[in-house]
Amino acid sequence: MGLLSKKDSKLILDPLADNNPITIQVLGICSALAITAQLKPSIVMAISVLFVMGVGNVVISLMRNIIPSKIRIIVQLIVVATLVIIVDQVLKAFAYELSKELSVFIGLIITNCIIMGRFEAFALGNGPWRSFLDGIGNAAGYGVILVIVGFFRELLGSGTLFGFPVLGNPVTKTGLYGIGYENNGFMVLPPMALIVVGIIIWVQRSRNKELIEEN
Amino acid sequence: MGLKQKLHTLKQKYKGKKMAPAFNALHTFLYLPNETTHSGSHVRAADDLKRTMNTVIMALIPCLIFGMFNAGYQTNLQTDPNITQATGFFSGEFWNWANFEIGLWKVLPLVLVSYGVGLAVEFLFAIIKGHEVEEGYLVTGMLVPLIMPIDIPLWMLIVAVVFGVVIGKEVFGGTGMNILNPALTIRAFLFFAYPTWMSGDKVWVHGAVETAGQPDAISGETILGSLAQGHEISYSIADMFLGFIPGSVGETSTLLILLGALILIFTKIGSWRIILSTVLGALAMGLLFNGIVDMGWIDSSSKFYGLMNTEFWHHLIIGGFAFGAVYMATDPVTASQTNKGKWIYGFLIGFISILIRVFNPAYPEGVMLAILLMNVFAPTIDHYVIQGNVKKRMKRIKVKTA
Repeated sequence: MGLLSKKDSKLILDPLADNNPITIQVLGICSALAITAQLKPSIVMAISVLFVMGVGNVVISLMRNIIPSKIRIIVQLIVVATLVIIVDQVLKAFAYELSKELSVFIGLIITNCIIMGRFEAFALGNGPWRSFLDGIGNAAGYGVILVIVGFFRELLGSGTLFGFPVLGNPVTKTGLYGIGYENNGFMVLPPMALIVVGIIIWVQRSRNKELIEEN
Repeated sequence: MGLKQKLHTLKQKYKGKKMAPAFNALHTFLYLPNETTHSGSHVRAADDLKRTMNTVIMALIPCLIFGMFNAGYQTNLQTDPNITQATGFFSGEFWNWANFEIGLWKVLPLVLVSYGVGLAVEFLFAIIKGHEVEEGYLVTGMLVPLIMPIDIPLWMLIVAVVFGVVIGKEVFGGTGMNILNPALTIRAFLFFAYPTWMSGDKVWVHGAVETAGQPDAISGETILGSLAQGHEISYSIADMFLGFIPGSVGETSTLLILLGALILIFTKIGSWRIILSTVLGALAMGLLFNGIVDMGWIDSSSKFYGLMNTEFWHHLIIGGFAFGAVYMATDPVTASQTNKGKWIYGFLIGFISILIRVFNPAYPEGVMLAILLMNVFAPTIDHYVIQGNVKKRMKRIKVKTA
């Protein structure tokens, strides 16, 4: 890669697979369970977190030498809160329906462990460019899992993708529904999201045995 | 060359190969293996895991046969005006070919699908993971059709069985390692995934779904369903006890479940402590609710009145309570292991079953959820029972040394 050195591209690619914030570090599970019943909110959530983490990591990294370490958590919180409010206002202005659907969970990005975790673990000790890469890498790793879970939950739970009926119409019994198929109501419930995330973790670890934790 | 020899030769041929577990499983299911271990000390007993499982299956057979007759009886009773209600347990209105024919065609596919899919998953996992096929599914496969509504579409059953065996059992490490009862995991999956097929007033009698809304519609309501809706019930106590009522395939006849319970208790496979304490728990909760009604704290305007006012011991013979208490709660893997723990575990199952039954009309059958909940708590109960015992003994040491 010409643009990025090997070390830098590792910052982006690692969190996508072998150091994924959700499946390996098991952070940010709450929002992954709550908003993945449909694909569209999953993607909006992923983009929101991408913005907050990318910008937030850079801001923290720029301020890293002037933040007194005793109050660093408060400073980090203010940065996240500011960014989250920006995201929230933008969504309310341009995608009101979606922001209603995501409701409190956009606000709860503040409490997403991944963000505070990256601020603490990376941005406080690295320069802005690398922090930026680390931020979008981790947010992308989070987003990938969200999109996978959202895809299966919407497809099997509601028979739609992005709201378009892809399996036929359950009311007029066309497509798959004509031969007796029915939507799986369990998929729409949060427990199934946990199980889907669990299956992703299972598949990932059985493909790469090095990821299996010792216990 | 007999079948046994043939299987043995096959086994030798595939030894060390990938498919070996599959052949070994067939062999040991049908016959005692040829080879014996030579070193070490042994307990000589005939009741290995496969025989244990087979005993449970034998205890389930009466329920299965009754379920087949009952499936046909419930349909015929409503469609054919010439058929009268069965009067005694051996009544000819019940035990006849017309009933059995319908039941056989509806129940047999459930049994075959349950076993076929479940064992396929088990064999697949054994071959991939390279261990022997475990026996756990033998009982689960028989329990599953008995706790299904009669008209459940077979593809749903397939999805649920795959889910139950893989997520409920294999990911935890297979038979003996599962936290939740696999048969109930399968039922709970169906219950939440396809609620229209698993609860309500249409699914419990064959034909009720297809005829819904038509003039000759068949009512498929269970007693619990009617009570939760506040309707009067038209079944006598004898009907409920003998099992001439709508419900899941094999759960209706309390009499035959009692017979099964006796088999399990006398062969020492089911724990009598769990069965007894589950019944006690249900009676306690039932009495409590009866007491509330007697005190006049709620009246017939309350939506809980119908179920609260049900005589406390009726709870034992309606719905799936008896079946759950005898065949599900006693599952040795998921129940508490300590004797004191078994009392607590069973009592809470009975207690919570009736609680869910009365207070949540959306889940008229609380026993499934109660058992699954207590499955999760069973290790915790055991932990505290053992810690309690340790403390007691520590005290004894102190007294002696002091």
